[in-house]
Amino acid sequence: MEATIAGQIIDLNNEGYLTDLNQWNKEVAAQIAQEEGIELTDGHWPVLEYLQEQYRNEVPLSIRKVGKSGVVDIKQFYALFPGGPLKKASRIAGIPKPASCI
Amino acid sequence: MDPKTMDNPAEVNKDARVKKMMLILSKATIDNVYACFILANGARMEGIEAEIFFTFFGLEAVQKKKLEHLHVATVGNPAMHIPTLLGGLPGMESFATNMMKKEMEKLDIPPVGEFIEILEASGAKLWACKLAMDMFHLEREDLVDEISDVITVGDFYNRAQGENTHLLFI
Repeated sequence: MEATIAGQIIDLNNEGYLTDLNQWNKEVAAQIAQEEGIELTDGHWPVLEYLQEQYRNEVPLSIRKVGKSGVVDIKQFYALFPGGPLKKASRIAGIPKPASCI
Repeated sequence: MDPKTMDNPAEVNKDARVKKMMLILSKATIDNVYACFILANGARMEGIEAEIFFTFFGLEAVQKKKLEHLHVATVGNPAMHIPTLLGGLPGMESFATNMMKKEMEKLDIPPVGEFIEILEASGAKLWACKLAMDMFHLEREDLVDEISDVITVGDFYNRAQGENTHLLFI
């Protein structure tokens, strides 16, 4: 489906995740974050960039990996994206919903 | 559940979803411990509160000296698909456990000690059962630091409050 986010037409799947990372930019991220109840700060961007990089390198994401990334620890990750960090951060980063159970 | 909402989880009524998982771990075989930890961690990943009550043999999973030495049961476990007599041979449990640990590492499943750290960092609450502690003559110092406190079953039930709270015995 298509939606207008930050003045742009964006393709989303039925759970609201971007289907094409090329359509992502910081304004899109900020608006999706707002929908998730998150105000993006300087602390959020490195995490989002890390997730995108992992996605581009086809590395499956997990909370454990994020915790070991050196970008953010698990406690900070939960604090930055409360109520489901991996899911919410992935949606804001414009990458698919991770299928990880860990 | 409405078949329509089955297809699209986003349409599920948010008020009806699980809000809190209260898990009771009573066993120390590695498969049970991981089932419990993965359920608790999975809950936190979905924004669901999670608490674990470690009781009876489940306490082994949070004892400093024992947590890295948990085994899978090779006897009396039909899912192992090996004859019971073979399963009882010396070294079989270690062999099967090592095989299992290797497979889990491949899937990025952390060892027990690290998993406990992850659970604590993710905001899961970990409790030890007072009665079981007394029974096994354990002291608070025998347990990992991530345990919030030693409490009674009554205390644990009192924490199981609020709508859409679920209790699960493992």
